Amino acid sequence: MSQAASIAPLRSSEPRTETTTQPAILLDRVNKWYGAMHVLRDVSISVGQKERVVVCGPSGSGKSTMIRCINRLESHQEGRIVVDGTELTDDTRALDTIRREVGMVFQSFNLFPHLTILENCTLAPIWVRKMPKAEAEELAMSYLRRVKIPEQAKKYPGQLSGGQQQRVAIARALCMKPKIMLFDEPTSALDPEMIKEVLDTMIGLAHDGMTMVCVTHEMGFARQVADRVVFMDRGEIVEAGPPNEVFENPQTERLKLFLSQILRGH
Amino acid sequence: MSHSTTRTTAALGEAAHDPVPAIAGIPAAPIAAERARPAAGPFAPVAWARANLFNGWLSTAVTLALIYFIARWAIGFFDWAVLHAVWSVPQTDAGPDPSACRDAKGVGACWAMIGDKYRFILFGRYAYEEQWRPAIVIALFIGLYAISAMRRFWRKELLLIWIVALTAIGVLMWGGVGGLAFVPQDSWGGLPITLILSTFGLAFAFPLAVVVALGRRSTELPAVRMLCVLYVELIRGVPLITLLFMASVMFPLFMPEGFNPDKLLRAQVAIILFAGAYLAEVVRGGLQALPKGQYEAADALGLSYWKKTGLIILPQALRLVIPPLVNTFIGFFKDTSLVLIIGIFDLLLAGKVAITDPVWQAYSTELYLVLAVVYFAFCYVMSRYSRGLEQEFRRTARR
Ligand SMILES: Nc1ncnc2c1ncn2[C@@H]1O[C@H](COP(=O)(O)OP(=O)(O)O)[C@@H](O)[C@H]1O
Ligand SMILES: [Mg+2]
Repeated sequence: MSQAASIAPLRSSEPRTETTTQPAILLDRVNKWYGAMHVLRDVSISVGQKERVVVCGPSGSGKSTMIRCINRLESHQEGRIVVDGTELTDDTRALDTIRREVGMVFQSFNLFPHLTILENCTLAPIWVRKMPKAEAEELAMSYLRRVKIPEQAKKYPGQLSGGQQQRVAIARALCMKPKIMLFDEPTSALDPEMIKEVLDTMIGLAHDGMTMVCVTHEMGFARQVADRVVFMDRGEIVEAGPPNEVFENPQTERLKLFLSQILRGH
Repeated sequence: MSHSTTRTTAALGEAAHDPVPAIAGIPAAPIAAERARPAAGPFAPVAWARANLFNGWLSTAVTLALIYFIARWAIGFFDWAVLHAVWSVPQTDAGPDPSACRDAKGVGACWAMIGDKYRFILFGRYAYEEQWRPAIVIALFIGLYAISAMRRFWRKELLLIWIVALTAIGVLMWGGVGGLAFVPQDSWGGLPITLILSTFGLAFAFPLAVVVALGRRSTELPAVRMLCVLYVELIRGVPLITLLFMASVMFPLFMPEGFNPDKLLRAQVAIILFAGAYLAEVVRGGLQALPKGQYEAADALGLSYWKKTGLIILPQALRLVIPPLVNTFIGFFKDTSLVLIIGIFDLLLAGKVAITDPVWQAYSTELYLVLAVVYFAFCYVMSRYSRGLEQEFRRTARR
């Protein structure tokens, strides 16, 4: 099913946990250009329900572009993207459905600085899900407790540390009760001592069975929670497979080079 | 999608919150005993003056020279405006007798002129016995500003208050209902005209500006965007005076016979269109200053365009542009005085006409000084208020 199979040597890249018939996310020969620049080249991948996929690759390889296509922050020009059975097209109704079901966490948190932490979390449930305010606040507090910062609810984002802000961003996305969570380098903007608190939150989420696609270079995290690691380079999926196989036994020069650079950097 | 700049924002503010992490293998250094911040010394004007005004002979000389000139001017002004001023003149059968003012000319101010003419300056040619009505209108306007300025009144009901107050203002000015005598619009004048033109002007221009600014950034509707660009560029490229002339002279030529909205309304529309174009550019600046991530986060949460705009984008963009926004407001408050060119009796024209009275012709300095004080009072309050607002927002939404 994976296009990567035709590029990289075949390996068991089929998701292990996929039990239901319908994949959570399906990308089928997706191509995208920025002007004349070809940034996604025939990207195909299928993410099963409850599967955790980690995406890695050098900077500029198209990782962000790919996961931003999944909730249509970017549109693709060729190929098909199907999320939870809904194909992404220009149809706004499909878009609304998908945005409700897919949560996203950004590298730069992107909390709303003019709203309190609690308001950040209740905004979408109230205005998109039409939830009553009291109920939304209760829900938000339960997620804030889960990311371990309920006591910050009345503060503004600017008063929190980076790690705390990123945990709020995760709680904010969870308040929409998404079926799928996308993470785009959630720890890259954090100081080293705060990376762990965010990763721990994400590990907790993975254990609860959330379908996750996560762009990160945190190898420890990938080994611990990923069902599959996808390596991208120059807009292509070059290799994909279980973390141990991909990390211990890279098949391509590009992945070997990348891994050596990552390891040197850490 | 530039990710590199965000690291600093994230890292900022960290140090203040989290204790220094212990690094494995390195024993934690003994932490110095906590010390209270040294108390700031008492404010010492002498030390401040010495450091800032008298450091070196050149600085001292400049300071002394400036003190000398300022003091001389201030004393001279005080003599003229207070000590030797004529506060009132005797009334005769033939009207006020300005001989006291004539004697004091050049030495003391003639405030008696203001005392004699203040009702004309404030209310223009509005029917004399009915002038309590524009007086209440002025009070209503000021009350409206005061209520709108208080953040605890910032809710939906405020819109209702505005509608009620503006209706009441219309009824008071025109009359013709509830036993109030009808006063035609062309005999309105003075401060109410200035307040009407600027309040209605900004109240309508501001929403117009927001819509135009949003339209100008629309990527989905190129026709709307072009229309907005055209509007802004056309209006901005023409002096306000030209627009006012067009509104008062040319506009009626193109209108069908019998349809002739009054001059004030036409001037009002011209001012709204003009202010709208300028404010739109200010608002657009705020929209552009917002990081792209804010739009993306709102999109990712599934907010529709209007909810995203109303709940996330505009509240932040408008806060960012409070200073230039208020700057434009102040500019337009004063620019309403240009309507005197097409013969509308605003505060300035009412003043000018007041001193065409042969008795007071010689005392224009006093008149313009008083008008300047009135304009200054409104503009200064606006400016102070915007500074307060800015500080308050900065306190709550620290980035
Ligand atoms: N909005 C954009 N306009 C033009 N080029 C872009 C834009 N966003 C990303 N790119 C380019 O697309 C390529 C892939 O970028 P990206 O997906 O951000 O890579 P990654 O996340 O793997 O670092 C890069 O070469 C980048 O310069
Ligand atoms: Mg990226």
